[in-house]
Amino acid sequence: MSLDKFFVTGDPLIYGADVSIVLTMVAIVFVLTYFKKWKWLWKEWLTTVDHKKIGIMYIIAAIAMLFRGGVDALLMRTQLAVPNAKFLESQHYNEIFTTHGTIMILFMAMPFIIGLMNIAVPLQIGARDVAYPYLNAISFWSFFMGAMLFNISFVIGGSPDAGWTSYMPLASNEMSPGPGENYYLLGLQLSGIGTLLTGVNFLVTIFKMRAPGMKLFQMPMFTWSSLITCVIIIFAFPILTVALALLTFDRLFGSHFFTLDGGGLDMMWANLFWLWGHPEVYIVILPAFGMFSDIISTFAKKTIFGYKAMVYSMIVISVLSFIVWVHHFFTMGNTAAVNDFFSISTMLISIPTGVKIFNWLFTMYRGKIQFTTPMLWALAFIPNFVIGGVTGVMLAMAAADYQYHNTYFLIAHFHYVLIAGTVFGCFAGFHYWYPKMFGHKLNERLGKWCFWLFIIGFNICFLPQFFLGLDGMPRRIFTYGADTGWFSLNMLSTVGAFLMGAGFIVLVYNVYYSFRHSKREETGDAWDGRTLEWATSSAIPPHYNFAKIPVVTGYDAFWKMKQEGVSMKLKPEEVKPIHMPSNSGRPFVMSVFLFIAGFGLVWEWWPMAIVGGAGILLCLALRSFDYDDGYHVSVEEIKETENITV
Amino acid sequence: MEHSEKYDSNTPLEYQSEQGRLNILGFWVFLGAEVALFSTLFGTYLVLMHRNAGGPMLTDLFELKGVLIETFLLLASSFTCGLAIHEMRRNNQKGLVVWMIITLLLGLGFLGFEIDEFISYVGEGASLQTSAALSGFFVLVGTHGLHVTMGVGWIICILIQVASRGLTPVTTRKLFISSLYWHFLDFVWIFIFTAVYLTGWVMM
Repeated sequence: MSLDKFFVTGDPLIYGADVSIVLTMVAIVFVLTYFKKWKWLWKEWLTTVDHKKIGIMYIIAAIAMLFRGGVDALLMRTQLAVPNAKFLESQHYNEIFTTHGTIMILFMAMPFIIGLMNIAVPLQIGARDVAYPYLNAISFWSFFMGAMLFNISFVIGGSPDAGWTSYMPLASNEMSPGPGENYYLLGLQLSGIGTLLTGVNFLVTIFKMRAPGMKLFQMPMFTWSSLITCVIIIFAFPILTVALALLTFDRLFGSHFFTLDGGGLDMMWANLFWLWGHPEVYIVILPAFGMFSDIISTFAKKTIFGYKAMVYSMIVISVLSFIVWVHHFFTMGNTAAVNDFFSISTMLISIPTGVKIFNWLFTMYRGKIQFTTPMLWALAFIPNFVIGGVTGVMLAMAAADYQYHNTYFLIAHFHYVLIAGTVFGCFAGFHYWYPKMFGHKLNERLGKWCFWLFIIGFNICFLPQFFLGLDGMPRRIFTYGADTGWFSLNMLSTVGAFLMGAGFIVLVYNVYYSFRHSKREETGDAWDGRTLEWATSSAIPPHYNFAKIPVVTGYDAFWKMKQEGVSMKLKPEEVKPIHMPSNSGRPFVMSVFLFIAGFGLVWEWWPMAIVGGAGILLCLALRSFDYDDGYHVSVEEIKETENITV
Repeated sequence: MEHSEKYDSNTPLEYQSEQGRLNILGFWVFLGAEVALFSTLFGTYLVLMHRNAGGPMLTDLFELKGVLIETFLLLASSFTCGLAIHEMRRNNQKGLVVWMIITLLLGLGFLGFEIDEFISYVGEGASLQTSAALSGFFVLVGTHGLHVTMGVGWIICILIQVASRGLTPVTTRKLFISSLYWHFLDFVWIFIFTAVYLTGWVMM
């Protein structure tokens, strides 16, 4: 194969990306070598099985992917700002909207949510780690390698260009030749494995490792939402695994699942994709709901209103999430009865969601509200998400959907739920748990700048798109004529998108600024919190989390302990050695083999795929023969960490 | 993560440690995900089973004898796997190893007949590329066969550990979990036998 087929050539934007990737890599290698940090990187991060560090790595990856997906978005908005723009050609535009959607959902929203779950859930239930710390490292690294595999496509081989839904027959060999779609299939497959394992891991963790006394209906709301999310992951992700595998077979081995010839059914791909895809929407929104519940309760200084109603409405949402998938293609040509069923099941979701909205409002009613940055995000979530929800009910009406389908109305709708729900949730959770991760808060003033820039930009960007959609502007077009009359609203939308970009830059700058200037927290309780993650002995919890496992007697466990004056401090004679799992480099090595196997399959280089596969099997076998039973943290070390003196 | 609790002698060895209980529950959850995975494959097959695009019909290909032998071998292996765990619970290491090896031999026999079946279909011009119905058939039955292959390799690894370490809370936990996996594959085969072969014959 010639090199110009291997590397993407001919586009100045791509050459710019090539240069920046090489420079970034050189810079990373230089910094690590200059400051002699290679060993630190390996020992503290690459081999860690500590849920808090894995959570931080997830969030760093998610923010990097938010940058990548955000740049894609800005490129699209630049192209659409004026009619007949020549900034991007159609093929490049197709690639960019494909990678934007895929990256934002699977490589930004998912890891951000799972990262925050990693950081908060074990602490919230008073556990020392997750049920399977080693598996947790495998989850992260297989996600990470999946993300890398997907991301290198735009400089090596070419990006996928069939949309994030990768509909057949557009994604077939005939319509999308080259490795682009293979990158999509394999990248998602690798990260999907990681997500499924996270689902199993956290389900067992939450069921079996809660602190003594914590009943299911006393768990913090974020833990509840994570539990329900895990159940959805366990039943939804295998569907994606199979769908991706079948499409991979179609492309690599000539099978006929979704092809137009040989008896295949192209719309079966759409069905399988959305059978996973719609539950996926709830996988990224329910944990955000959980975060908002905890944050609103903390900063309104009140117990959450209607605890049981909150839990049951999440359970109802999770069940309904599996029976609404056809609403993504009402126009497929189903019978009226089928469309009616899915119309009604979709509208039903607004009932439990409405219950939750009112419960958040009632939690704040007569509360002493503190307008901190996390609380601002939570407050902004409510009205913006309601706009997304109400337009969702409009789209749920099958007959009306024939008008809205594939227009910017839909684009505006799902950005109002995914950004106002998931992204606001991630930002809220990021600010909220930041002191737990790094021992200091993010600067409040910069936090508010970021908030207002982003929130105003968001509404300027997406509100006009409802009207563009009603005016007939279809999605996924790379340009439009001047006679359409869509220019002014598109221009407005682009301005909003750049404001959001500015908000993102302030967020990243805030991380740096706060690292330099923020006051270091002295206790584990940065926000006068209500749940157990704030009960740790220091701002950044020690690696074993709790020297003394808290005993829980009710909801808002830590708040109750503070009210009743229960101390978490150990007496010297109570200190016992703590059993912890050992670090391991194998999850990282195994994920490198996953990457090799994936890359081999993408290019149909079978020897490479076989080497990767053999490496994976070898790592699995080595794990089976691994009898490392962890180690015990000594009493002296605990006494020193916890400042316990006789 | 402390496991200092005391157990009476009636608690099986694999349930005596905290990690043992966690891993067994986690594996049950994982099997739930496997059910979702196979359900998707079954759904795909059932949708595509009549779409043979002018190629050979699945019902013309099936041979009763081979399929019945496969079924018998796998069902018997599930029974011997149960006997192996029974011996494990009686702390009879030799009985466990013997029954497990018989289980593996039956599993390998199943795989041999399955591969032979696949080869003969391809020989008759019915391969993965022929039609949607055959794609569905090969991927559904092949995924099950791949699971059996993985199971054989996995159980061999565990038996080596049993030989060197004896029956400990860790090895019994691994044996018990692998037996859950093996029974699950048997359970899936019953559905394959029903949905693919029996349904095929009934319609013929």
